[in-house]
Amino acid sequence: MKKRDPDLLLLHAPLLRQGMTTPNAMRDVLYALAPATVASLWFFGLSAILVLGTCIAGAVLAEWLFADRETRGVSLLDASGILTGLLLGLTLPPGLPLWMAFLGGFVGIALGKVIWGGLGHNLFNPALLGRAFLLATFPIAMTTWVPATGDGGFFSIYSGNLALPFMQVQIDGMTAATPLGMLKFEQEVTPLANLMFGKTSGSLGETSGLLLLLGGVYLWLRRDLDWRIPVSILLTVVVFSACLGLFDAARFPTPLFSVFSGGLLLGAIYMATDPVTSPVTPRGAWIFGIGVGVLVMLIRVFGGLPEGVMYAILLMNAATPLINRYTQPTVFGRGAESK
Amino acid sequence: MKKNQSQEEFIKGIWRDNPVFVQVLGMCPMLAVTNSAINAVAMGMATFFVLVGSSFLVSTFRNVIPKQVRISCFIIIIATFVTIADYTLLALVPGVHKELGAFIPLIVANCLILGRQEAFASRYPTKLAVMDAMGMASGFLLALLSLGAVREILGDGALFGVNLFGENFEPWVIMILPPGGFLTLGVILLFFNWFKYKKDEFLEDVAAAERSES
Repeated sequence: MKKRDPDLLLLHAPLLRQGMTTPNAMRDVLYALAPATVASLWFFGLSAILVLGTCIAGAVLAEWLFADRETRGVSLLDASGILTGLLLGLTLPPGLPLWMAFLGGFVGIALGKVIWGGLGHNLFNPALLGRAFLLATFPIAMTTWVPATGDGGFFSIYSGNLALPFMQVQIDGMTAATPLGMLKFEQEVTPLANLMFGKTSGSLGETSGLLLLLGGVYLWLRRDLDWRIPVSILLTVVVFSACLGLFDAARFPTPLFSVFSGGLLLGAIYMATDPVTSPVTPRGAWIFGIGVGVLVMLIRVFGGLPEGVMYAILLMNAATPLINRYTQPTVFGRGAESK
Repeated sequence: MKKNQSQEEFIKGIWRDNPVFVQVLGMCPMLAVTNSAINAVAMGMATFFVLVGSSFLVSTFRNVIPKQVRISCFIIIIATFVTIADYTLLALVPGVHKELGAFIPLIVANCLILGRQEAFASRYPTKLAVMDAMGMASGFLLALLSLGAVREILGDGALFGVNLFGENFEPWVIMILPPGGFLTLGVILLFFNWFKYKKDEFLEDVAAAERSES
């Protein structure tokens, strides 16, 4: 490279460069999700690649299709579309027909992000919005869980994946309840070790609790997430279920089971902390986290559904602007006058 | 001239001033009864009858109705036609009448109908008023039908009850439910606005080109 040595270097602000940019933050989240993604390949084989891939394809296509002619492709560079597709894919059942996964990714970006004005303007988490759409549209396919293929079955694809577009899944009898479903409908508790290492059925990314935590720690070290949100969500869930345990230990789940089962870790670490849809103030983050935790437990224990992380986060997303408004810090030197 | 104007009044209701997609009126029946094409058509026909009938009467008596109490007069006229439509539907197609339920009496409160009386029928001669009412009602019917068709095809895999995709079709449950109405309407409005935007852009380009030529 030609060395240049100008006498006078003219630069405009900002002169101090920071590593914290949107593409970098998004890429960090992708790295943090890598262990859980690899684990999903291990547990569910080729089907995991197919479902995750079509989700990402749907999300990226929507992002590209609805962009301005001039800026088309630019918004793809920050990897947020890929991240949305990946997060959505990790919340889906492994045996979901691929055309539904594609539709979910497409709708998540189209109705969850682009229609609000793009990244940074959306009220709801796009990945969860896509999942909520899928759950309301295809309730049966979205709650049909298949057992993990285990060892050796990597190249076997779940027959449900290959359903033709707009066509039904051919039920092949190979279904398995998730740990939360088993608890709710059959009063059967899954051992904790299985929950931590992922030897359960469930959505692609939620089965391995420890790997999700690992990614969370990485994000925290990189300062990409507000630690208050996952900590307050998990604490609330632990306290809530411990209190329930005081009433009837046999009927209600133990605190550790509550934390490691279902999509709680995935939701608390990667989705509730979405900087666009969570409060910006520290106090607001605590309120947000406690709200999510309480709603999760209310839906799981008293609601009709076995799992409630998605609706809990979406509801608190809707409350985020309000929380932001009421937790504005006082401007320095103004405190005494304004109140 | 006269004939052109009545044609103009008819056409504008279907496209340029479409009551649903441009004026965004009558949202209540639009979202509530469009979960199948047959319901949409029944509601559209009932509204057509009420709107044309009341426009005819209001326009005929427009010089007799006192200005101060005109709204209540309009409502009485509209309510008369709604009652006729209600009993006619009950007699002819009881099944559809049952599914539409409370939304038939609620045609009285359809702001499209009262809006046309106030804005058009009470100011223009009978012939024009009837043409305008027919255009607006046709536009409303087409809008209901397009929404109902989309929702029934996706939500049931059928159109007018005829199965389109065979046994294994996976229904999009959300399309039959209320959110499906909002989603479909939103997407159609999106296309209408996009089309309008593109048209304005095109007209501006043409105007600019003409200016540079002269």
